[in-house]
Amino acid sequence: MDGILQAARGAFGLIVSGDAALAEIVLLSLQVSLSAVALATLFGLPLGAAIAVGRFSGRRAAVVLLNALMGLPPVVVGLVVYLMLSRAGPLGGMGLLFTPPAMVIAQAILVLPIIAALCRQAVEDAWIEYEEQLRSLGAVGLRAALTLVWDIRFSLLTAILAGLGRASAEVGAVMIVGGNIDGVTRVMTTTIALETSKGDLPLALSLGIVLIALVIALNAAAFLVKEAAQRRYG
Amino acid sequence: MESMCRSVLASLLAIALPAAAQQKFIAVASTTSTEQSGLFKHLLPIFERKSGIQVRVVALGTGQALDMGKRGDADVVFVHAKPLEEKFVADGWGVQRFEVMYNDFVLVGPKSDPAKVGGTKDIVAGLQKIKAALAPFASRGDKSGTHFAELELWKVAGVDIAKDKGPWYRDTGSGMGPTLNTAAGMNAYALTDRGTWLSFKNRGDLVISVEGDQRLFNQYGVMLVNPAKHPHVKKEMGQAFIDWVISPEGQKAIADYKIGGEQLFFPNYRK
Amino acid sequence: MHASRGILPLALHDVCFSAGGQAIIDRVSTELAAGPSTIILGANGAGKSVLMRLMHGLLQPTSGEIAWNEPDAERLRRRQAMVFQRPIMLRRSALANVIYALEVARVARAEREQIAFEALESVGLTQLAHRPARVLSGGEQQRLALARAWALHPEVLFLDEPTASLDPTATREIEMVIRAFDASGTKIVMATHNLGQARRLGDEVLFINQGRLVECAPVETFFKQPASAEAAAFIKGELPWNRCADRCWRPC
Repeated sequence: MDGILQAARGAFGLIVSGDAALAEIVLLSLQVSLSAVALATLFGLPLGAAIAVGRFSGRRAAVVLLNALMGLPPVVVGLVVYLMLSRAGPLGGMGLLFTPPAMVIAQAILVLPIIAALCRQAVEDAWIEYEEQLRSLGAVGLRAALTLVWDIRFSLLTAILAGLGRASAEVGAVMIVGGNIDGVTRVMTTTIALETSKGDLPLALSLGIVLIALVIALNAAAFLVKEAAQRRYG
Repeated sequence: MESMCRSVLASLLAIALPAAAQQKFIAVASTTSTEQSGLFKHLLPIFERKSGIQVRVVALGTGQALDMGKRGDADVVFVHAKPLEEKFVADGWGVQRFEVMYNDFVLVGPKSDPAKVGGTKDIVAGLQKIKAALAPFASRGDKSGTHFAELELWKVAGVDIAKDKGPWYRDTGSGMGPTLNTAAGMNAYALTDRGTWLSFKNRGDLVISVEGDQRLFNQYGVMLVNPAKHPHVKKEMGQAFIDWVISPEGQKAIADYKIGGEQLFFPNYRK
Repeated sequence: MHASRGILPLALHDVCFSAGGQAIIDRVSTELAAGPSTIILGANGAGKSVLMRLMHGLLQPTSGEIAWNEPDAERLRRRQAMVFQRPIMLRRSALANVIYALEVARVARAEREQIAFEALESVGLTQLAHRPARVLSGGEQQRLALARAWALHPEVLFLDEPTASLDPTATREIEMVIRAFDASGTKIVMATHNLGQARRLGDEVLFINQGRLVECAPVETFFKQPASAEAAAFIKGELPWNRCADRCWRPC
């Protein structure tokens, strides 16, 4: 218990100190995770909506697969992305390994099924309500899917936040494809892992508290935006 | 939807650009011992100021680091497992091996010393006592340089780990720090490099049990990844880094690095 | 907008629709011509809404044939519109809801806003054009639904009990709008169980009972001299709402 209190005090100290190295790490964490979530959102929402609205053979298998992929192990994703981006791999020529974009790619892959699967469920529920009206207007297929996605955008925020939670919390994938290079690819979670392995448990825990505080702040902001928007648009 | 597209691209670029702006950098695959002991934090800024080349260190076990070199994902490999390094060069993956420095391993264990190995300088006798007492021992088990060194010492001690390992021998399959965390947690003996030990903070009841044996010396080597195998290797910048660490200036910088007044690495480059 | 050749008449030949082994629409044959507004009248559960959805193309008949005077499916769809009992509005402004319908119907971008404003004006919603559609009252939303359908300048407008969940004032407003659309030459096809509304808005009545088309007559004839006992009973308010309990529908 003492350890946790000490860590909380340490976390507070870290925040108020405005340590430049820490600020850089926090900033990179945010950039990487937010970009990954943005990318996953861009592809995940249409994908989820298409599966929700589409009527194709293998649809039920796709739904099961998508739900299962929500549990993708970060280390495996990291490893696969590593092998793809490695100089010896098929995309090695791009020279992306051990750079932030590589971390974005890995996290986006990790987050995409979460956003797509949750979006699929939400759109499917909405489709029951909207189907006749949209079909009557002639909006079918992809157009109907995108219309639904936009119309339930406030509910989809929850799916996106779930993705963000996953991205900002994972360490396995970014460690492998980023390499935890000081000043280049070192983010919150890899720093925590590093400090833990150096045996500096109080510092590791303090960083952990900073990370949790950050995630809470992001969620609170999103919640307020969602509430205000929902009041406005009904 | 369109504006979302644009903001995503913008943020991706924002991340990619700083990385691209710093054109002059090399990737070095190295070991956790050099990174976590803080040596690189001390060395690299000096080199960077002098050369304008940023050195990006990915810290792994020696086995993984060499593998990274083989895949062409590093320009320079800076590790400690002489036989593996020599094979790496012989197989054509590395250009030439330079010996840079050595540090030493220490055997750490609980203060209570259940296997009664304390006080001796003889690492081989120490390990034999641990085996005889079946006292808990935490091994890296990750094919790192330290792991290879440990296996080698067991062999010298006449203990066949593959056959003799039992519940007393804990294979952690992790880096030096996590292995020490495990050892501290269950009061086990462990073999560690001195640098990681000195900067390690979560020692619990662990103290140094055996140190100073010649057989505990740990030689580091540095190699340029062979541009003949991987044409994109930045051979000029990589070689510049190697030339610097073996130069009198680089060697002095290594000797200057101390934790609590104690020197961690001993430069020993010989032409 | 109006093409020279219309999509009417609409002919139904022995149309059946069954779900879960039960016949909901049972061998309906009729023809809807341009001109008179048609009321599909019947008790709750008689099959009015299903019949209307079959006509509009939201449902496909189990057997039988539904034929329009227009072979091209895309053109056929664009020449008709439907307003539902409960309006489904998108989470955007009233104006944007109408513009969305025009966009889907591939009306040129430059014309959309003006057409949408005209449609809103025709239902008296100009003042509320920029309000989010979902925060409008039930009556306002239904008028917006009418504007959205009307903006497409349909040749046939299907109305599925458009006032069933509205209060008398809102109902009166909606009826005024419908009458105006009727007067402008749009073919109105409306389902209702409200006898007064049928009298006020209809020219001809299709009386449906238990999935069967029982009677097809001009409004005055239907109310003065119903040809069938069922229609007579319904007009008097004596027809049980749902007779399924004592006599199940035969499968089609």
